[in-house]
Amino acid sequence: MSVKDRVINIIAEQAVLEPSDVTMESTLEDLGIDSLGLVESIFAIEEAFDIQVPFNANEPQESDFDISNVGTIVAGIEKLVAEQHA
Amino acid sequence: MKRVVITGAGTINALGHSVAETMEAMREGRCGIGELEMRDVDRLSIRIGGQVKGFEAEGEFNRQQIALYDRFTQFTLHAAKEALAQSGLEFHGELAAKAGVVLGTAGGGVSTWDENYRTVYEEGKNRVHPFVVPKLMNNAAASHVSMTYNLKGPSFTVSTACASSNHAMAQAFQMVRHGMSTAMVTGGSESMLCFGGVKAWEGLRVMSKDACRPFSANRNGMVQGEGAGIFVFEEMEHAKARGAEILAEVVGFAMTSDAADIVMPSKQGAARAITGAMADARINPAEVGYINAHGTGTAANDKTECAAVADAFGQHADNLMISSTKSMHGHLIGGTGAVELLACIMALRDGVIAPTIGYEEPDPECALDVVPNEAREARVEVALSNAFAFGGLNAVLALRRV
Repeated sequence: MSVKDRVINIIAEQAVLEPSDVTMESTLEDLGIDSLGLVESIFAIEEAFDIQVPFNANEPQESDFDISNVGTIVAGIEKLVAEQHA
Repeated sequence: MKRVVITGAGTINALGHSVAETMEAMREGRCGIGELEMRDVDRLSIRIGGQVKGFEAEGEFNRQQIALYDRFTQFTLHAAKEALAQSGLEFHGELAAKAGVVLGTAGGGVSTWDENYRTVYEEGKNRVHPFVVPKLMNNAAASHVSMTYNLKGPSFTVSTACASSNHAMAQAFQMVRHGMSTAMVTGGSESMLCFGGVKAWEGLRVMSKDACRPFSANRNGMVQGEGAGIFVFEEMEHAKARGAEILAEVVGFAMTSDAADIVMPSKQGAARAITGAMADARINPAEVGYINAHGTGTAANDKTECAAVADAFGQHADNLMISSTKSMHGHLIGGTGAVELLACIMALRDGVIAPTIGYEEPDPECALDVVPNEAREARVEVALSNAFAFGGLNAVLALRRV
């Protein structure tokens, strides 16, 4: 399974939705994921890929990790996974 | 001052998952203490406890709730559901704005600490789940009760070791009595039956390896329990006006501190709390028919408690009944006073005195009527509930039959 599909599965599980209902354009707000749900999703992603996601809930805009929508999250995770294997 | 009554009760403990099951077990003198079932039990030297069996969080809470609820919070919400349903109260508007929840717990989310210490120390992982803090905090249970039932008034958690629940219920009582709130949810819970929780108690060398036998000459220590007891305390006229079933009246309380020793109990501190509760309730000592003892089954507590009762009551100490239900459900530590309040309610409302089971040999230093081994029928007008904590913090509640 691709990084993208694995991230979407994790986000879908958090949102209690089918993965097919999660699009790259969906925002966390669209999916009903609140701030606690976000940190839980990031934890699940870190566990799944064994990576560290540079995300601080106090200043999400300042973090070097874009959570604007599912697409930016997937891109961020793909980059982190690639760096890990570099 | 307002009069305060109990209009709802709920529990989960080693004797049952409800008040009815628990009281039935108390009437039958059934023992809920057995072999502990937990990870690494073979590394414990103490392997018995009053464990809650057959409780499946999955059937009661959704996945997101389970991720946030430590076992002590799960017990609390289970018991609160029963208590609130019995009371029939729903919290809206002004009632909700002033109603709160005051709970006792000594350890809070002990198993959450335990599991996550394992993760970082034993397994060497460098990451823990983001909900560790909101799960383990001592006020988690009180906060979730407030959120579940829309309680927007004063809510907090009291932590005074083995007296936590009695101190908490005393606070709730005060708030209703003085008109701060029309109704308060109160009680307490504990869930320390995990490897680290039992190991800590082992260290103190006060635990029994075979049974909790309060007041018996051959007693050899305490046995841990777990669970919750939750009550609705309500202003009496409010309860009557809506036709609520009244279980008992809370008439007084007192708290004292020994200011002496971090673990050894004091006769004077305990006696002052008992006498103080009777004075606060304006009751004559001769009216007291039953005392739910702290009765831990340790050498020190039981003889000190009996001496305190003898001092506080004089000759009447020989006429009243005093029993320790810890012999059946174990010592729920911060939750213990809440579950034990059920024995007081049963004595007052049903006229049934819960026994001290496991009683084998009279102890001249505990020469009171401890209702050995079998429940007894008796009409009781006033009952007291004792709690004497490590650290010398004592809290005694007085209840009256309605």
